[in-house]
Amino acid sequence: VRGHLGTRIAQIIPTLLLVSVLVFCLQQLMPGDPALVMAGEERGDPQVLAQIRAELWLDRSLPVQYLHWMGNVLQGNLGFSWRIRQPVAELVFQKLPVTLQLGAMAFAIAVLIGVPAGIVAAVYRNGFWDYVANAVGLAGLSTPNFWLGIMMILLISVQLGWLPPSGYVPLTEDWRQSLATTIMPAFVLGNAIAAVLMRHTRSAMLTSLDQDYVRTARAKGLREFVVVIRHALRNALIPVVTLGALELGTLFSGAVLTEQVFSIPGFGKMVVDAVFNRDYPVVQGVVLVTAFLYVMLNLLADVLYVVINPRLRGA
Amino acid sequence: MHRILLAAAGLLATVMPALSQTLRVSLRQDLDVLDPTLTTSYVARIVLAGLCDKLFDIDAKLHIVPQLATGYEWSDDRTLVIHLRAGVTFHDGETMDANAVKYSLERHLTLQGSFRRSEIGSIDHVEALDPSTVRVVLKNSSGAFLAQLADRSGMVYPPQATEAAGKDFALHPVCSGPFSFVERVAQDHVTLARFPGYWDANDIHFDRVTYQVLPDNSVRLANLQAGTTDITEYLAPTDVATVKADPRLKLAVSDALGFIGLINNLDLGPRSNTPYGKNALVRRALDAAIDRTALVDVVFNGMFAPNVQPVAPNSPFYDEALSPPPRDLEKARALLRQAGVTPPIVLELLTPNQPDTLQAAEVIQSMAAEAGFDIRIVAMEVTAAGQVEQRGDYQAYLNGWSGRVDADGNTFQFLHTGQGNNFTGYSNPAVDRLLEQGRAMTDIGQRRVAYQQVWEALRRDLPVTFLYSPRNIVAMTAKLNGFRPIPDGMIRVQGLEMAK
Repeated sequence: VRGHLGTRIAQIIPTLLLVSVLVFCLQQLMPGDPALVMAGEERGDPQVLAQIRAELWLDRSLPVQYLHWMGNVLQGNLGFSWRIRQPVAELVFQKLPVTLQLGAMAFAIAVLIGVPAGIVAAVYRNGFWDYVANAVGLAGLSTPNFWLGIMMILLISVQLGWLPPSGYVPLTEDWRQSLATTIMPAFVLGNAIAAVLMRHTRSAMLTSLDQDYVRTARAKGLREFVVVIRHALRNALIPVVTLGALELGTLFSGAVLTEQVFSIPGFGKMVVDAVFNRDYPVVQGVVLVTAFLYVMLNLLADVLYVVINPRLRGA
Repeated sequence: MHRILLAAAGLLATVMPALSQTLRVSLRQDLDVLDPTLTTSYVARIVLAGLCDKLFDIDAKLHIVPQLATGYEWSDDRTLVIHLRAGVTFHDGETMDANAVKYSLERHLTLQGSFRRSEIGSIDHVEALDPSTVRVVLKNSSGAFLAQLADRSGMVYPPQATEAAGKDFALHPVCSGPFSFVERVAQDHVTLARFPGYWDANDIHFDRVTYQVLPDNSVRLANLQAGTTDITEYLAPTDVATVKADPRLKLAVSDALGFIGLINNLDLGPRSNTPYGKNALVRRALDAAIDRTALVDVVFNGMFAPNVQPVAPNSPFYDEALSPPPRDLEKARALLRQAGVTPPIVLELLTPNQPDTLQAAEVIQSMAAEAGFDIRIVAMEVTAAGQVEQRGDYQAYLNGWSGRVDADGNTFQFLHTGQGNNFTGYSNPAVDRLLEQGRAMTDIGQRRVAYQQVWEALRRDLPVTFLYSPRNIVAMTAKLNGFRPIPDGMIRVQGLEMAK
């Protein structure tokens, strides 16, 4: 196991390097000159443009720009936002907890809805509750995030006045306000993942429930609840954990839209604004940090397999 | 069940924001930097309006009125003497005086990356005559200069604090406005707190102002309806009916300063070599085929003003006699025959990829088709479109300009031969001469005559087919009193008050 994990950790560095090169090259393909954006209404003045390009190293060759940036990154310096002139690392530290909180809440909602619904659907296979769970799951999967978001704002905030329609308050400042501002976006974000989790839990549970050891457990006279939760579910969870880790990617990309709709100042909103403003250092910094998180979460999923399934411990 | 719902509602009510003496403003986008010298964004100006006073301000009729100045006079046509208000202090306790004004104008002129340099580039030098008098000597006479001091170029810095902050000034801006800087969370909000030492403190009725960034039009409206913001600087024209129908909300609409039109490529690179680019008759045919009133009605609920001039109807330089002509398809077809071109005339129309602009392009497309134009819309993200325009890689571009107080700011840089922002390649020596006169003369009557001749020439040549002037549509809670609609669209916090 330790060797396996060691290999996985060693793979992280080339993965991140590859991501950084890709982002750096791909954003050069974006039409629109960052110097023009920064010059604003002064864009007709060649002197202003030349001055901006020199200041941002845009007048150097691409490899030189990359090495300059990478050299700084290795020293822990992610650079400055061109548009708002704040250090990128500071912005990342400001925004990351926001998206992590939103993501964690969304994931918790997804698991709390998806896994029990999947179990119920499998246990009552082809029965009434199975159809209900499937119908709800399908609805969750087919509802676009932004539409659901706007509808919830109109109903819950504007009509009923129960929750603030948008914005964000940090947990450390006022936890109740913080939950009030994030519960709707977390639900919108978690809702689609809940549907995916439900469907996978259901099919994994169906497979487990047909296994010999489940029949043995029942033959021993165990209560049905114990059979389902302790025996069937534990084995069924392995594909669900894999999927959960992969869905975290969906969570980050889903956060982009959801954060826009609810005006949550998180990672997603930052990267969208940065792309539109051609604020390259911010785009690079955010993508690098996101890639790092993604890789780490997949590593965590690997560790979780072993915890859930003792048979993998010898592998 | 009812009890549970009531309990839940009660719990939620406790987490709703408590009412306080905070003015909550929503902005349509995030700002760039809170440094008057370095900022280029419109929304940053709105925040700066609460943070930094200017030498002069404008009123609803675009008259220049004093703010940090108490008055001015021209001692000759190149020398402006400004008298300063006494007893004004900056947020850090420094005194606002002639030295601070001299320092600020020089910073605007010389700081690396300054976006104010071209606005006040006509300054030769600045002298502090005594603590309350400044003399600004220009390189040449300029009737357009004073208006620049009613915008960011007129904002005054405290010299010591500004020097100490260096290039980090924008992270902790210090000025002499009614509110001082507290914090900024990028993409989210800016908070300002009441400055107790403000010279006009009696006019300030809030303890704090927060500027919340809410880019989505419907979300901005939803926040107003839910009572989580008090005022929004921009309401989409399509949301006007909703606000009018809601007794808790009210509107303030005023003419803005800018224009929207078809920027036509006349002589910038090979893409201009089309009958449309080279023959004014063809451009006039398209112009005659457009019904501006219908366009504005369909796309903007009639909220914007149809216009054929680069200045808005509120400008002293607007020519009442030059109103948008009615649509005339016969005239359009006749002009095409006169130009010797055979329909269909293919024209590529570059359009920023924004819903309302695209819709406007589609309306123009269908109107023009009836006259024999085959308009092909090329939708492009706005930054990319800007670059395409600058390269001259376009035939016509549906775009606009946020506008300036003085007519010079809406014309010279786009229409004078060889100017940096002249992306049409337009060059007309007679217009150049008139624009130079309009810029240099100080008598408003003479300037008006010069500009009205420019408008007539532009109607003939059509380097830009002006379509309409946007309006500032500000929506707010009905309890907010004292809002003054001013053409620059800024939210002035002076006089704003929440009814009890």
